[in-house]
Amino acid sequence: MIIDLQQFVASERPAWAELEKLLDRIEAEPNWRMPLEQLQRFHLLYERTASDLARIATFSAEPETRRYLENLVARAYGEIHETRERRRRVYPLRWFMQTLPQTFRRHIRQFYLSVAITLVGCAFGGLALWFDPDSRHTTMAFGHDDITPEERVAREEKAVNSGLSDGKTYFSAFLMTHNTKVSILTLALGITWGVGTGIMLFYNGVILGAVAMDYIRAGQTKFLLGWLLPHGVIEIPAILIAGQAGLVLAVALIGWGRRVPLAARLREVSRDLMTLIFGVGLMLIWAGIIEAFLSQYHEPLIPYELKIAFGLIELILLCLFLARSGMKGREGDRVLVLGSGGIGTRNTQHVTRLRAP
Amino acid sequence: MKTSALLIRTPEGIVFSQLLAGPVTRFLAWLVDAACIMAMVMVMGFVLGVLSIISADLAGAASALGYFVISIGYGITCEWFWRGQTVGKRLFRLRVVDVEGMRLQFNQVVTRNLLRFVDALPVMYFVGGIACWLSPKCQRLGDLAANTVVLRMPRATEPDLDQILAGKYNSLRQHPHLAARLRQRVNPGEAAIALQAVLRRDEFEAAARVELFAELAEHFRAKVELPVEVTDGVADEQFLRNVLDVIFRSRTGEAQGKS
Repeated sequence: MIIDLQQFVASERPAWAELEKLLDRIEAEPNWRMPLEQLQRFHLLYERTASDLARIATFSAEPETRRYLENLVARAYGEIHETRERRRRVYPLRWFMQTLPQTFRRHIRQFYLSVAITLVGCAFGGLALWFDPDSRHTTMAFGHDDITPEERVAREEKAVNSGLSDGKTYFSAFLMTHNTKVSILTLALGITWGVGTGIMLFYNGVILGAVAMDYIRAGQTKFLLGWLLPHGVIEIPAILIAGQAGLVLAVALIGWGRRVPLAARLREVSRDLMTLIFGVGLMLIWAGIIEAFLSQYHEPLIPYELKIAFGLIELILLCLFLARSGMKGREGDRVLVLGSGGIGTRNTQHVTRLRAP
Repeated sequence: MKTSALLIRTPEGIVFSQLLAGPVTRFLAWLVDAACIMAMVMVMGFVLGVLSIISADLAGAASALGYFVISIGYGITCEWFWRGQTVGKRLFRLRVVDVEGMRLQFNQVVTRNLLRFVDALPVMYFVGGIACWLSPKCQRLGDLAANTVVLRMPRATEPDLDQILAGKYNSLRQHPHLAARLRQRVNPGEAAIALQAVLRRDEFEAAARVELFAELAEHFRAKVELPVEVTDGVADEQFLRNVLDVIFRSRTGEAQGKS
């Protein structure tokens, strides 16, 4: 009925201690690569300890030994059965030039949806202001409704410098952090099956549409373009990509027409979410610098044509980067993955597995 | 179904369980982490106070960026380098692990920490707490998206079985047939209760300890009709140790008895 626990512990203790020592080293030194003989020994120790756990679970109800063995088996199980590639080195240039644009293109439909929602918001904000000018007090944020476009242009063009001469660096840092927080929230709200992400994109679109319509109606289109384009051509796509990431998460949650378990679907997109949001972060750092150090300077200090040209060049480069960069780099082949989470496809950049026939 | 343990079945057919951390423990760990973040921000503020003598603008920018990096990077950095633990989690013996028991990946750490933006809504992790409370595996939304769970890791040590008898004379060993009958009639659950009572005897108050061992001894005496010389003059606690000795150390005990 009950195994001889004393003898059992005494005879198996050396194996458990050896396994524990190996696990401690693996956990302390993640880059340590075991020699083949040690790897075989590690596997043997894992199987022996797992077998001990099965014996003690069947024949004895001593919880302390059982908990100790469960802990050892759990730690070893994670190391032995893990098949996802462990990245030993980070290649920032390759990540930026290949992984980021490839990931963006892989989820292009979600990007188009993100753009569409924002455009609907823009149309709503613009039309609301066109038909009801008083709506500017509800559709505009950041104090844009406190001053008319004419007053703003007159004030900015009269200023000798940007008006931020004492706080440009702080303003730049504030913009970066604020916009990154908004972007992360837009991504994270994808967990609401995309509803929250959609609301964030729509709301951003409403503000953008209302501000744009306000300046166009006042005949200040040139000022608007000169003010918004230098930083906006990077900042707005960054928010759109954050929305894309949120929608990628939402699609994985919903899983339309896919017979793959939820956990496997989420596992599949997890790395892509991280790639997209890090890309968004980089774009917003650039946009923050440009907004504080260039966008706030106006005529006569900097001609609007120059600012508009700068913005258009940025936009062309961004489009080229997202559409073409990493085309020659190897896009990971789709491979069949058989895991405890179910059957699905993953990218070879993510896992090293058997190639599908 | 709500459970307090994460059950994992290995391809070898072995099932092991890990204790899941509840929302209250996790909240307490988060309070500690929040205090750590505040402490780091205060230290940064002190250092930047010196920088503001040179340039207030630069110090303001560094402060804004520093707060942002610390508040977001704290969880990611700690959980990645400490394999799923932060200061708060270490203190409360919690650890983030993959939901299938696999090694925690960097993208999982990033995803669960970015989703804090939703879990923390509207205040004090209300959304995350509700999600954790309703989830079968105590997962907040970030855990769900990242395929992670938070485990409670009580200190796992080998049991000290020597304290059951430690070489003392066992009157039951003089009657092998009674010892065999005892082993036959005691089920694993009863044996486990008795073993735990002996192993944890020092944790009880004196009166409770006497009462508990009296009850247990009476229960085990009723299992087998024992001669007076076996039970006479033997304290309840010692009797229970004798019982456990014959149950858990059958072969070695018999060998000792013969020698």
